[in-house]
Amino acid sequence: MKTNRREFIKISSMGMGALALATTPVLGWVPGFLKDDYTNPDDSKAKRYANYCEVCFWNCAGWVYTDEKDKIWKIIGNEDDPHSNGRFCPRGTGGVGMYNDNDRLKTPLKRVTDESGKQTFVKISWEEAFDTIAEKMTEIKDNYGSESFALFKHGSSGKHFAQLLKAYGSKNIAAPAYAQCKGPREEAFKVTFGHPLHSPEPLDIRDTKCLVLIGSHLGENMHNGQVQEMSEAIGKGVNIITVDPRFSTVASKSKFWLPIKPATDLALLLAWIHVIINEEIYDQKYVEKYTFGLESLKKHVENYTPEWAAGITTLSAQDIRDTAKEMANASPAVIVHPGRHVTWYGDDTQRLRAVAILNALLGSWGRRGGFFMPEKAKLPKYPEPKAPKPKWSWRDISPGKYPLAGTGVTNLLIDASHPDYEGDHKIKAWFIAGTNLIASIPDIKRTLDALNNQEFVVVVDTMPAEITGYADIVLPECTYLERYDSPRLAQHREPNIALRVPAAEPRFDSKPGWWICKEIATRIGKGDFFDYKDFSEVIDWQLKQVGTSLEEMKKIGVKKLNRKYDDLYFLEDEEIEFHTNTGKIELYSTTMEANGFDPMPKYTAHQESSEGFYRLIYGRTPAHTFSRTTNNPNLTALKAENDLWVNPKVASEWGFKNGQKLWLQNHQGKVSEFPIKIRITERIRWDSVFTAHGFGRTDKRLTRGYGRGISDSEMVSDVKIDKETGSTGMRNNFVTFLTEKPNTAKKES
Amino acid sequence: MRYGMAIDTRKCVGCADCVVACQTENNIPIGYTRDWIAELNEGTYPNLHLEIRSERCNHCENTPCVRTCPTGASHIILGGIVKVTHEECIGCGACIQSCPYDARYMHPDGYVDKCTFCDHRVANGQEPACVSVCPTHCMYFGDLDDPNSEVSKVVAANKIKTLAPEAGTKPQIFYLV
Amino acid sequence: MREELITSGRMNLNIDPVLHIWHWQIPVYLFLGGLAAGLLFFAAYYTIIGKEKKFTTAVKFAPVLAPVAIILGLIALLLDLKHPAYFWQLYTTVHLESPMSWGAWVLMFIMPISMLWVASYFKEIFPKFDINQNIVGKMLKKVIVKNDNKEGANWDWKFEIIRKFEINFIKNRKPVAWVMLILAVILGVYTGILLSAFNARPLWNSSILGPLFLTSGLSTAAATIMWMSDNHEEKRTFSKIDLMLIVIELFLITHLFMGFLAGSEAKVQAAQYFLGGEFTVTFWINVVIIGLIVPAILETLELLKFKLPVMVPAAMILWGGMIFRFIMVEAGQVTRFLY
Ligand SMILES: Nc1nc2c(c(=O)[nH]1)N[C@H]1C(S)=C(S)[C@@H](COP(=O)(O)OP(=O)(O)OC[C@H]3O[C@@H](n4cnc5c(=O)[nH]c(N)nc54)[C@H](O)[C@@H]3O)O[C@H]1N2
Ligand SMILES: Nc1nc2c(c(=O)[nH]1)N[C@H]1C(S)=C(S)[C@@H](COP(=O)(O)OP(=O)(O)OC[C@H]3O[C@@H](n4cnc5c(=O)[nH]c(N)nc54)[C@H](O)[C@@H]3O)O[C@H]1N2
Ligand code: SF4
Ligand code: SF4
Ligand code: SF4
Ligand code: SF4
Ligand code: SF4
Ligand SMILES: [Mo]
Repeated sequence: MKTNRREFIKISSMGMGALALATTPVLGWVPGFLKDDYTNPDDSKAKRYANYCEVCFWNCAGWVYTDEKDKIWKIIGNEDDPHSNGRFCPRGTGGVGMYNDNDRLKTPLKRVTDESGKQTFVKISWEEAFDTIAEKMTEIKDNYGSESFALFKHGSSGKHFAQLLKAYGSKNIAAPAYAQCKGPREEAFKVTFGHPLHSPEPLDIRDTKCLVLIGSHLGENMHNGQVQEMSEAIGKGVNIITVDPRFSTVASKSKFWLPIKPATDLALLLAWIHVIINEEIYDQKYVEKYTFGLESLKKHVENYTPEWAAGITTLSAQDIRDTAKEMANASPAVIVHPGRHVTWYGDDTQRLRAVAILNALLGSWGRRGGFFMPEKAKLPKYPEPKAPKPKWSWRDISPGKYPLAGTGVTNLLIDASHPDYEGDHKIKAWFIAGTNLIASIPDIKRTLDALNNQEFVVVVDTMPAEITGYADIVLPECTYLERYDSPRLAQHREPNIALRVPAAEPRFDSKPGWWICKEIATRIGKGDFFDYKDFSEVIDWQLKQVGTSLEEMKKIGVKKLNRKYDDLYFLEDEEIEFHTNTGKIELYSTTMEANGFDPMPKYTAHQESSEGFYRLIYGRTPAHTFSRTTNNPNLTALKAENDLWVNPKVASEWGFKNGQKLWLQNHQGKVSEFPIKIRITERIRWDSVFTAHGFGRTDKRLTRGYGRGISDSEMVSDVKIDKETGSTGMRNNFVTFLTEKPNTAKKES
Repeated sequence: MRYGMAIDTRKCVGCADCVVACQTENNIPIGYTRDWIAELNEGTYPNLHLEIRSERCNHCENTPCVRTCPTGASHIILGGIVKVTHEECIGCGACIQSCPYDARYMHPDGYVDKCTFCDHRVANGQEPACVSVCPTHCMYFGDLDDPNSEVSKVVAANKIKTLAPEAGTKPQIFYLV
Repeated sequence: MREELITSGRMNLNIDPVLHIWHWQIPVYLFLGGLAAGLLFFAAYYTIIGKEKKFTTAVKFAPVLAPVAIILGLIALLLDLKHPAYFWQLYTTVHLESPMSWGAWVLMFIMPISMLWVASYFKEIFPKFDINQNIVGKMLKKVIVKNDNKEGANWDWKFEIIRKFEINFIKNRKPVAWVMLILAVILGVYTGILLSAFNARPLWNSSILGPLFLTSGLSTAAATIMWMSDNHEEKRTFSKIDLMLIVIELFLITHLFMGFLAGSEAKVQAAQYFLGGEFTVTFWINVVIIGLIVPAILETLELLKFKLPVMVPAAMILWGGMIFRFIMVEAGQVTRFLY
């Protein structure tokens, strides 16, 4: 059998000091350190450095404190930051663990093959790494054109890499935050209201009277600002309606918990629309003034009665009616939450269209307690030469497909990289920065086949994440606590700027992303796109253009600017021109129609589980972000592994005990690499099992994460693509339990 | 003066930020902790009730832990804060056995450690680390003897409970339920 | 279904799910303390009632084990301390509310008394002693001298002051015995109270624990004396005493559990560990059957003049007493208030 060119390098073959394998597994506890009269580090003697959090994409701004010995001590939110209001979430507070983790990537590594054909990583210098990369980039460009070099990125250092690719001549850039996350939502809201939601979502949760959460598990999903506002709203007596097959944390705080049968949400949404229209409890003035297509919609939902939906969703028709009225009573201070990770079943744009329509009927868009109109600060671009114009981009990979896709679609890039791709726009090399594709893109086998088909792969990461095992060159980036990055410019009620400066020197031989990009650019003759010595110059220059400076920002961390207009909410009877074809909120979408899609969402049934199989649903756990924290010493102390929620009925049918270890096998025969402990709990339906995403790490260099729990991604091999956006529906996988791991042929390296 | 806390279980989401914040603020070695989250789920699907509580030393008014300490290392300071002087602690574990809330732990350096109500912060007019970081703002800290303090008001205005009142320890942490 | 989860570093083996801070050292300490208390109690008692001539094992020989037990017990306690270097902190305060504190103090007093007691009998225990040949004797040369002239022991203390003190001590054995009796009872009760002072552990939270541990300590001591003695009458007496103590112990154990079952939910749950739960087999077999009932039967048979090796019931009682303390310490740390 042909061996993979890009065989995953396991640690067993990784000897010879290529990596100083940390034998001290945890952030060393020095006995005696606190002996004698221990006193807490003193706030007044500590230094603090402005930063914004990189543990998730909410990017809360805060202060990194160093103690008297200049060692990073703690991270605290910045009071002036509207994302955090001075309070981080556990992951942000535990960000110190990203810095302290001794398993971090320490030096650049290069894949080499020895005489016996065995592949290993060897430690190389930055010089050698850059020279190799520059040489390969030139070669790829000469042979296939610069467009064949793709970039997968996520997080703030991704910007530098995008700049590098742009200078080089490729626009094939994608992040999992679109096609694996909020893509369908953005497009559904765009075609309905003329505006995507962006991040942080402009939800006026603190003033809402009724919050409807459809599979949005706030409180476990720790999107900081939203959790804070939800809590404030709870204090004010908000009525929460939670639709979730699982008794989520927020379900326990809700007036109504609708334990819906998974995959049937669209039926519920349509029935709600039906009730609200038929009982004429929608916001009549608003709908009349601002929307387009009410009559067609009314006809369209005629048969979508609560009784009809009850049969599909397993909810009661009465509950459906009651909850619809609950929303209408609160209107317009009601939010049917759009969710964020919405790539569930492959008809996600349509489901999110129903959510958008519902919000429109309730008049919540542009209203207090609904959706506010956000504003974003702008910084002028640092001067740079004109970039070469790529001849093609990801849009050309599968012409005519996914017409609504708004930004780079990761899986399209993977398609074009795959040996089975027959189009003209082949991808030959990958740059991967800040995304662990093995954990984040479903259908791992397809990703691996595409990877193996590449001529060159560079991975830039802070940790020896799984994806680094498939690289030709691995580059260790320093963490967000050790580097400059572009200031955060995110939308909010008030436009604001947040600064990131390093609080400590990079540990080991890790380097900031901007420096890495600048060095590579220089070697491929594009140094003029990085025309500065230190990235702080760029920041200072930009800040000075808007009347502040690096110096001032270092003291305040966050600068709030004034809104240009006082238009947080629509005024009474204000004339509004929406950015849609009709200039109105489109209940009936002309854009969808023009692209050959249903102009109004239709219910289609999804595949159901068969005997002995349970739908695998997944979500977040408050103390972790995906795979990026599952080796973090502080956060793994809170939760080291995920567990599998199983209803007691199912457990007793199978004769399982709480805490028992099981392997999972999905309906396509895929078996989990590791076992997972089951948690027998009433908090989940009997037709589904639930686990938290991000665990079951397979790289042994991750001493805290390796083999702890399972990776849900492994079980997501059946992917349903959303026709409108190309996003990957990932909840169509069914699993059964194995008490022993089947004897698969030994995969010796 | 009598320091105390009120914690709103209706708002707490069990994120454990209070745990991480305590750990970094007070340099607690990883694997040990001064505070923790208890989740109690009762009922049968779909009629369920979930209570989430952030727990720590209750700084009891009646302190078995201080009484059973043979060396006087465990003691009470102004405001009723129960503390341990590390240099006087012989690590006998008696106080650990006498706390009904399992609020104390043996530090790897051989002394007993526990929540201090962040007296080092409180002395500077700051709130305890866990209180100041909580994203749901569900914790209130202050002087229970002062009827005008926020914590007194919250305790007075809500339905409250303390943990294991039958243990007779008179906890000074009140849970809003 | 009730489901309880804890999130934090507390799910660490060092801390949770069981706050298991006391290991083998504490039960060993309690066992040896109880044994020493019992031995000293009997020595004092038979001295007070003037039967020291009849019960020589109880008064003279067996007490030799007491200081040894106390010292070993203290070593065990020291090993339990996570910061033994600060041991002296125990003696900087008297903290009457803390059983640990007064336990430390009682030991502090009873240890020298028990040593003097034993030392005052040295001449009777070792009357003939060849200083020149015996290695021990050679070592002891610094403190003892040959004494050929007198009757009794063939040696004497080297220093006049010690000789005088010895004479005085022997003269006052009765008042000393009173002090020792009281301290022994305190020590015996203390081994139980150390646990029962911990309100927080439902299993320990019972006033029966003090008398129960005292009785058990006396019983182990009685068994030891019975085993060591070669005087038929003394053996019989201690068999009888032991039988009585076993009956009392069984009675106390029954009351202990009845008390638990009549108590709060936490106590009921604590009792369940012994009534079907994980300690059931170990407890009933080792402590009750091997440690109490079988020896009681054997002793009864012996009193009825069946010939049996006395070491069998004695060893069983000691075993039972030791396991009893292990289980109580272990199980107590598992039980908790429910909230
Ligand atoms: N099965 C499954 N798949 C999912 C999801 C799911 O719930 N289940 N969720 C989806 C969603 S919503 C999203 S947004 C995506 C997220 O997908 P990703 O962003 O790929 O998520 P992570 O797994 O956290 O991978 C981030 C990687 O970046 C590295 N990293 C962290 N900080 C830095 C840095 O400063 N610089 C560099 N260079 N690297 C850094 C981390 O070590 C880690 O390897 O996943 C999607 N995929
Ligand atoms: N702690 C933490 N917070 C995070 C992140 C993290 O990694 N960790 N990641 C952030 C990111 S990038 C994103 S995109 C968001 C994602 O956060 P959300 O948008 O809230 O996440 P989802 O993964 O879509 O939702 C998971 C919930 O959906 C429920 N569910 C599963 N199937 C169905 C169904 O068919 N119908 C319904 N109604 N519910 C269903 C699950 O039981 C679970 O409660 O979280 C963000 N916040
Ligand atoms: S929500 Fe938490 S992890 Fe995300 S940016 Fe804010 S503090 Fe960091
Ligand atoms: S930080 Fe606040 S919300 Fe989070 S667990 Fe602690 S008390 Fe609860
Ligand atoms: S909670 Fe425990 S440690 Fe704290 S004062 Fe009460 S008894 Fe003592
Ligand atoms: S462990 Fe320390 S603080 Fe606790 S009782 Fe013993 S000496 Fe006192
Ligand atoms: S008050 Fe301070 S010491 Fe106590 S739990 Fe909170 S942060 Fe920790
Ligand atoms: Mo996401």
